[in-house]
Amino acid sequence: MKFGVVVFPGTWSEHDTFYAVHDVLDQPARLIWHKETDISDCDAIVLPGGFSYGDYLRCGAIARFSPVMDSVKRFADSGGPVMGICNGFQVLCEAGLLPGALVRNEHLEFRCEWVNLRVERADTSFTNTASGGQLLRVPISHGEGNWQADDVTVRRVEDGGQVLLRYADASGNLSPDTNPNGSINSIAGIVNERGNVLGLMPHPEKACEELIGGTDGNVLFESMIRSTAATLAT
Amino acid sequence: MPAPTVSQATLDEIALSRAEYEAIVDRLGRAPGGLELGLFGALWSEHCGYKHTKPLLRRLPGESNRLLVAPGAENAGVIDIGDGLAIAMKIESHNHPSAVEPLQGAATGVGGIVRDIFAMGARPIALLDSLRFGKPQGDSHIQHLLHGVVGGISWYGNCIGIPNIGGETWFDDSYAGNPLVNAMCVGLIENARIVSATAKKPGDLLVLVGADTGRDGIHGASGLASRTFEEQAEMRSAVQVGNPFLEKVLIEACLEAIDIPGVNGMQDCGAAGLTSAAIEMAERSGMALQVDVSKVPRREEGMTPYEVMLSESQERMLLAVEKRAVDAVSELFEKWDLDATVIGEFHSGTDVVVFDGEEKVSSTPIEPLTSAPEYPFDAPKPGWLAELQSTDPGRFGTPDVSPSDALLKMLASPNIASKRPVFRQYDHHVQTNTVVEPGGDAAVLRLKGTVRGIAVSTDCNGRLCYLDPRAGAQAAVAEACRNLACVGAEPVALTDGLNFGDPETESVQYQLTESIEGMREAALKFGVPVVSGNASLYNESAGTAIYPTPIIGALGLFEDVTKHATISFKDAGDAILLLGRSETWDGVGNLAGSEFNAVFNDDASGQPGIDLALEVRVQELCRRAIRAGLVKSAHDCSEGGLAVAVAESAITGGIGATVESPLPERWNAALFGEGQSRIVISVEAANAEQLRSIAAELDVPVVQIGTVGGTNITFGDSTVSHEAAADAWENGFERATSA
Repeated sequence: MKFGVVVFPGTWSEHDTFYAVHDVLDQPARLIWHKETDISDCDAIVLPGGFSYGDYLRCGAIARFSPVMDSVKRFADSGGPVMGICNGFQVLCEAGLLPGALVRNEHLEFRCEWVNLRVERADTSFTNTASGGQLLRVPISHGEGNWQADDVTVRRVEDGGQVLLRYADASGNLSPDTNPNGSINSIAGIVNERGNVLGLMPHPEKACEELIGGTDGNVLFESMIRSTAATLAT
Repeated sequence: MPAPTVSQATLDEIALSRAEYEAIVDRLGRAPGGLELGLFGALWSEHCGYKHTKPLLRRLPGESNRLLVAPGAENAGVIDIGDGLAIAMKIESHNHPSAVEPLQGAATGVGGIVRDIFAMGARPIALLDSLRFGKPQGDSHIQHLLHGVVGGISWYGNCIGIPNIGGETWFDDSYAGNPLVNAMCVGLIENARIVSATAKKPGDLLVLVGADTGRDGIHGASGLASRTFEEQAEMRSAVQVGNPFLEKVLIEACLEAIDIPGVNGMQDCGAAGLTSAAIEMAERSGMALQVDVSKVPRREEGMTPYEVMLSESQERMLLAVEKRAVDAVSELFEKWDLDATVIGEFHSGTDVVVFDGEEKVSSTPIEPLTSAPEYPFDAPKPGWLAELQSTDPGRFGTPDVSPSDALLKMLASPNIASKRPVFRQYDHHVQTNTVVEPGGDAAVLRLKGTVRGIAVSTDCNGRLCYLDPRAGAQAAVAEACRNLACVGAEPVALTDGLNFGDPETESVQYQLTESIEGMREAALKFGVPVVSGNASLYNESAGTAIYPTPIIGALGLFEDVTKHATISFKDAGDAILLLGRSETWDGVGNLAGSEFNAVFNDDASGQPGIDLALEVRVQELCRRAIRAGLVKSAHDCSEGGLAVAVAESAITGGIGATVESPLPERWNAALFGEGQSRIVISVEAANAEQLRSIAAELDVPVVQIGTVGGTNITFGDSTVSHEAAADAWENGFERATSA
């Protein structure tokens, strides 16, 4: 399967993401410039991290108007797998592909650190190589990763099983101490109702090799590869 | 010739002395025009012209068989690290802007050093920041400066996608009125694709890319950076404002542009803006230059040629481009939504000619512009210093607390406590090369596509430099290299950020001369070249100079990056060894300039010293033992001495440690003395003998001092719980800087 990694001006984890899927996981991949509109050669789309348009105005608010986003929306509408990492998550929320919004971290500071992510569901296109309740150790790097939504939306997301990842301690317990940004219900990653669009604040591409601290991030990409291969085979 | 007339007010504004003005008149054979005076003011400023430091900087060793570009030939020397890879690195200060406006001052400091590095065709792969402030406890202004500076580095650095992997944050009253903000950038050059800051032939066009030019930062170089300053409010317009997003796209566009045939050179617009960048480019190329300021895109109306030439607007670069390549360059920058504007042309000759449209504004020979006067000096050792050195640092006796309480207090000192509250605000994982994260002795990066890696560290203990500028500078080089040895890397290059007071005073002249001599001696001993540097003088407030602070950035190399060590103890039963000494404890003399004396006695006195020959051997032993796979942890003794080194290894390892020898009566010197050339390592007990045999071969004293394990940290009969020690060390910084 072929990954397409979208590059907006100001994106900085496109090469890290490309490296993780192409060099580590041995998948075909290419960078997609944000002014492109034909992405039909790609089987999965990743919106990587960074500061698209400097995050000026509001994180992701300008990037969502880039020409490529119409194609990404059509791709998602047709059931194609889309993953938004960090700034990519923010763009997906701004584009209306995911509910809620990412606001400033509760403590108002940027945070770069390793966190434990509890996998809430192992039956999705993004987690099918994990087990339910498994902990993934992955770094975060954001100043605005505090997921917020109105009560109705929160209930719908929770009840609909749309929460895939939560910040937890080393035993899998949730607490304000292990929530790095104040996000509602320690939410770190959610999918859309259809389950084919994932947004997450942590950076799985930064946990792709033992030498740089761990390989847990690969679980998400490997799951995408497995589910997409299954879809392509049918 | 009639005596030239120029008002003192005009000279003050551009920071030229009357004698310098007269020298200009003499060299030109006429009085300079208004714009010319501005050009001279900028290029003859301390910041650009290195008037007081040039003769000294020539003393620094610049030779190595790894050098691809010699220091001084370009913006920074370039070091070959094998496999077709090379490293460019440099450190630069942004002290005065950060004192006036900490967030923007620090942010634009990062932006500036990054442009220096990618101007050479290097992809920036690491940032480090060496920061100094006054004591933060209970001082809201210092805390404001600290949070502003860290916030600015975080804001700018995170946005541009370069991992920030190290540095120091250190507090002392000497920096209360004049904080230091030095940023270092390391860049990776692939396939020996080094870009020169020159035009190649007459007819090359001068192309300005990036941001529009505004009135910000005019006189930044001549004013803020080259004088002491008291009236901070008045200086605000001289501080630039950063746009990290623009910097990020500028990095990408410029690194793509160098692949276009006919793009011949690149130079960053830093201090003194177009004046310095364009004229230095012409000088380096041995060509004349014609610039038309009316072509420069502006962000405000009514700017004079003087303002355009001297603006320090950020995020701008200059390219030297052949005519045939201009269209391709324009197209590339358009892709990134950036301006690329032809503003001038190189040709054969000797002058820089500035036009404003049709009107010729000035025509000036380049040679006098770029050869600022030099002021060599030879000042004697100040009397106050001799007195301070002969003062016994042990004269206070032991304090009225238990050794365990003293340890907790030391671990909580913001100079020793964990700097996690700082570095967790900086992305240190982006680019996915970080093998050893900040928080240890040196950070380690792998180099993708190879088995190699690099380690980077910055260091300088200003207190030691104050007590003995030569020994202090030697210790700064030694510790920066020792940090590399502790992770297992071989030092291959140094860069220096010289931060000193007013060079027109004898004390500072002595400090400068001695520090450079100390750096020279140490660099020669380690066999590493100083590939780049920066001098920031006039760091004073209310007539008091900062501690002399020659910050050393060191680059280390791994042939195999998997063979590295960290500071953390690993397993119960491992033996703890002290390399560099045959006895466990330090003597009273080693309290000279110690953190212990600063914390308990508010004192800095005594005579520091270092045995460079021993130092080199200790580092070689540590490195060899790591490569041999014998070492489970390695951590150097620096601020806080042996006790702090052992405690930090234990705290970060999540395991206790016991040092068995009974404490002597002068336990404060024993635990917290800061004798140099010491590294605490842990090894599997069965490997201790093999380590001793390598040590004997290298003639390095070694003593086994204790054992890893348990839930306490124990020295003789003095014990603290691991939990209490961890609490002091992990939270000390936040407690000291927020209350």
